Amino acid sequence: MDEQHTVRRRLVVVGGGMVAHRLVEALTDRDLDGAWQVDVFAEESRPPYDRVALTSFFSGRDPDDLLLGEPELWHRDGVRLHTNAAVQRIDTERREVHARGRRFPYDALVIATGSYPAVPPVPGSDLPGAFVYRTVDDVTELRAWATTRHLKRPVRGAVVGGGLLGLEAAGALTAMGVETTVVEFAPRLMPIQVDEGGGEGLRRLIEKLGVNVRTATATSKVRAGSNGRVNRMDFADGSKLPVDLVVFATGVRPRDELAREAGLPVGDRGGVVVDETCATGTPDVYAIGEVACIEGRTWGLVAPGYTMAEIVADRLLGGSATFPGADTSTKLKLLGVDVASFGDAFAESPGALEVVYADPVAGAYKKLVLSDDAQTLLGGVLVGDASAYASLRPMVGQKLGADPTAWLLPEGASAAPAADLPDAANVCSCNNVSAGAIRCAVSEEGCTDLAGVKACTKAGTSCGSCLPLVKKLVGSELEKSGVAVSNALCEHFELSRAQLFDVVRVQDLGTFSEILERHGTGRGCDICRPVVASILASLGTGHVLDRDTARLQDTNDHVMANLQKDGTYSVVPRVPGGEITPQGLIDIGQVASDFGLYTKITGGQRIDLFGARIEQLPSIWQRLVDAGFESGHAYGKALRTVKSCVGSQWCRYGVQDSVALAIALELRYRGLRSPHKIKLGVSGCARECAEARSKDVGVIATEHGWNVYVGGNGGFTPRHAQLFAEDLSTDDLVRTIDRFLMYYVRTADRLQRTAAWVEEHEGGLEAIADVVIDDSLGIGADLDAAMACHVDGYVDEWAATLADPEKRAQFVSFVNAPDTQDDGVGGAIDNRGTVIAGPTLEVRR
Amino acid sequence: MTLTPDRVTTWTRICPVDRLIPERGVAALVDSEPVAVFLLDDDGSGEVRVHAVAHHDPFSNANVMARGIIGSVGTGEDYRDTVASPMYKQVFDLATGQCLTEPGVCLSVYPVRLVDGHVEIGHGAPPSGP
Ligand code: SRM
Ligand SMILES: Cc1cc2nc3c(=O)[nH]c(=O)nc-3n(C[C@H](O)[C@H](O)[C@H](O)COP(=O)(O)OP(=O)(O)OC[C@H]3O[C@@H](n4cnc5c(N)ncnc54)[C@H](O)[C@@H]3O)c2cc1C
Ligand code: SF4
Ligand code: FES
Repeated sequence: MDEQHTVRRRLVVVGGGMVAHRLVEALTDRDLDGAWQVDVFAEESRPPYDRVALTSFFSGRDPDDLLLGEPELWHRDGVRLHTNAAVQRIDTERREVHARGRRFPYDALVIATGSYPAVPPVPGSDLPGAFVYRTVDDVTELRAWATTRHLKRPVRGAVVGGGLLGLEAAGALTAMGVETTVVEFAPRLMPIQVDEGGGEGLRRLIEKLGVNVRTATATSKVRAGSNGRVNRMDFADGSKLPVDLVVFATGVRPRDELAREAGLPVGDRGGVVVDETCATGTPDVYAIGEVACIEGRTWGLVAPGYTMAEIVADRLLGGSATFPGADTSTKLKLLGVDVASFGDAFAESPGALEVVYADPVAGAYKKLVLSDDAQTLLGGVLVGDASAYASLRPMVGQKLGADPTAWLLPEGASAAPAADLPDAANVCSCNNVSAGAIRCAVSEEGCTDLAGVKACTKAGTSCGSCLPLVKKLVGSELEKSGVAVSNALCEHFELSRAQLFDVVRVQDLGTFSEILERHGTGRGCDICRPVVASILASLGTGHVLDRDTARLQDTNDHVMANLQKDGTYSVVPRVPGGEITPQGLIDIGQVASDFGLYTKITGGQRIDLFGARIEQLPSIWQRLVDAGFESGHAYGKALRTVKSCVGSQWCRYGVQDSVALAIALELRYRGLRSPHKIKLGVSGCARECAEARSKDVGVIATEHGWNVYVGGNGGFTPRHAQLFAEDLSTDDLVRTIDRFLMYYVRTADRLQRTAAWVEEHEGGLEAIADVVIDDSLGIGADLDAAMACHVDGYVDEWAATLADPEKRAQFVSFVNAPDTQDDGVGGAIDNRGTVIAGPTLEVRR
Repeated sequence: MTLTPDRVTTWTRICPVDRLIPERGVAALVDSEPVAVFLLDDDGSGEVRVHAVAHHDPFSNANVMARGIIGSVGTGEDYRDTVASPMYKQVFDLATGQCLTEPGVCLSVYPVRLVDGHVEIGHGAPPSGP
């Protein structure tokens, strides 16, 4: 191949942003005979990254996680990426660019320099403490500024600009604990995307998140304090706002300066003028992305830029693609608030009708824009509940069916018919992927899951808002083509966890070897072994350290403690319901002090002792068991805690004894092994101080008994538990929870919390209620018996281990030198020596 | 460093074989190096199989490999016995020490023999040159 062509043509790309990345990817994917040598000049220090997802930097993501595509792209033959290399000048006469003090000739030039944040000419907008929000460097500085102040009050911040970007920045500030005010010049938030009604709904939702909103407010000055840093904002109406930082999110301007100097025409409002093939008037010079002025305007969104990149790639390879126009749909990614607008959101089409659904109390505002016969969808605005966005946006230009308003009602939205979507409907607007392309990826190109379809079509790989719809389409297409969606546990078992549970129970299998022999292959692995351990434990067989089960346990279960990053373990004694005696506190404190352990009150109302070496565990536990404590199962996929509030015994509002119930429940379910951890909570009245509704099972006292909620959790995707049954007596409550938990243990998938289980269960919560409350499957008695067996069979794992010399003997550092301390364990964590981390200790990341 | 049996200068006796729990590891000190020793189940051949690799986990930098879960990957020709690090779950080939999930990383492997029902691990002068 290489010998065949003589000289490669040289493509120079100015700018290393999202659109430049897409261009190089598209070009090299198709340029199979290596016609082009590509040089990309990037001013930033990083390879192209996902600017759309910039805000996720604040949720702890490593900036490198944002890098786009396969890193391998930059090592492809003929591709060179120059970072920290701003292009200084473009010379279209000599057909070369200047960068790093050198000249690089080109045969074709693509300008992809994007935009810069436009900061209004407000005095003080360049003071230390004033920021913009565009690059990884910007957000890194912003975070450092916001999190390293030493103030005795929360940091105060303002965001100037209440558009998409400003609200995203406000969300990021709030998440860092900054007291945030959004200042918008226009009379409503997101003036470009939503109408007045939507803006009002949005304001209410944003305020609920604790962000202050000032609309119709012009900033006249940012003032510095005595230290020269931002400390106050003055507004045109004479009012003032004390602030420690200001973020300007007041729009962007195309970075067309190189093009202007090179004499290329620019649009009225900036941007390099190009025709529908992305070509400027100058031969072999193109502009794409935010810097390009196409059809008389620039686009501040990634999707039109990607389209332009594809067009230029096609043109460079001799094709004839042209710009088809752009989709301006947007969905706000601000945590906790759903906002979306799409199509003709302002009903500007002649004769357009608007259908509005508003629920000011719940903070929902939804509007559909329809054609004059009320049949065809033209656009819409969704605020507060944008669940219908993914289904509605691709319907633009399509008929909505008999009753379009059904799409606006809360239930109607979720029932949106994904499967009937026409092939031409655009499902992923960021990457221009149609429903047909997704179906084709499954039916023709052999993709068998969501990940495969994402890789193959790029659908869902940018903002992600289309993913629910992509997933639905993939699922229904797989079903259609008769492919069973694989739910195999791992390479050793074809069965899912729920199926495996059933066969183990029905065939009464008692050991891993038997189970593997009958239903699996190989030796198992770190996925299936712990699953089998959990199934055997749920079915009530043996101690965790019995010989056949010992081999199955993850180290946490095996040593009955939690592995820490330095190889030591943490120890968590059970404190049922969070109730503890003064003597109990003293005993725990004495153990920690004697063994030099770091102590911390956990989020689960108990005490965690950190830094124990494996060989210390039995002596530590001997002391704890002697003092009346037992294992807290912090290490197991098992019941963790039952959190309680103080309840009627002390609290003036309490209507039932929540602590007593929490203790009873914790003692009942302690040690219950399950597909994932289980947490419960009990509150003594509707004020809900125990946060029961964030638990797998939450109980809230009423005047007449207990309300029970199920399927809540915190974690990565927080969910509120849903009401399951009301005003139960204590006996009925316990039976309901027994059955709910046992049914979950039997049928859920590996590492599936109750919320996800409820969601995926056929028929949802109602179907589960049928089984658990109305016993529709007739398995109630069986579930009750299984729970009774668990309760009767419970023994404290730690006490049992200490009583068995053979098991105890396993806790050694080295089998041939049991008393030698292992230097390669512990010591890596900076506060182990000091045991208490004082306020001066730098926050570890 | 991986020693081949012919470079072994010393064998260190670790413990009786029946001190090992099938399909689990223990840590041992061999010439002051921490080593992870695993007893695999009889695979039908009647042969007792013990593997020894470094106890130090290169990914977490802590001495924890002996606390990993034993398993296997592949079938037929490609079959390998494995251990997964208990910390971040990278999987290593027990026979060669190669990391299978993040290629390029390797655990040292130590020769093992059984003498009078005891496990012995070989060590010696590091190989000189490549
Ligand atoms: C100690 C503690 C933090 C603290 O200092 O407060 C903690 C520490 C750990 N949590 Fe947690 N979680 C602790 C309360 C929580 C809470 C709050 C609560 O329970 O009220 C949550 C959110 C509520 C929830 O679970 O729904 C929480 C959500 C998680 C998650 C995410 C679960 C999810 O469904 O997304 C994980 C990861 C997992 O389990 O896969 C996790 C995993 C972990 C692990 C086990 C990670 C690990 O594998 O090493 C941490 C080690 C514990 C240890 O002792 O070494 N921890 N963790 C808390 C122990 C409570 C207790 O007494 O048992
Ligand atoms: C926080 C945030 C959220 C966003 N959310 C969305 C969203 O949800 N949906 C959406 O569609 N869009 C969103 N956008 C907009 C989207 O990121 C841009 O439309 C997209 O990045 C444009 O790509 P581009 O390649 O044209 O420009 P950029 O990605 O800005 O890349 C241009 C690059 O060129 C470099 N450059 C400039 N001049 C030179 C020079 N002389 N020499 C060398 N290099 C140079 C710049 O440093 C920059 O790295 C968001 C933007 C931000 C900041
Ligand atoms: S939930 Fe009710 S009873 Fe419990 S502490 Fe709060 S106010 Fe008191
Ligand atoms: S619509 Fe943004 S990734 Fe698909």
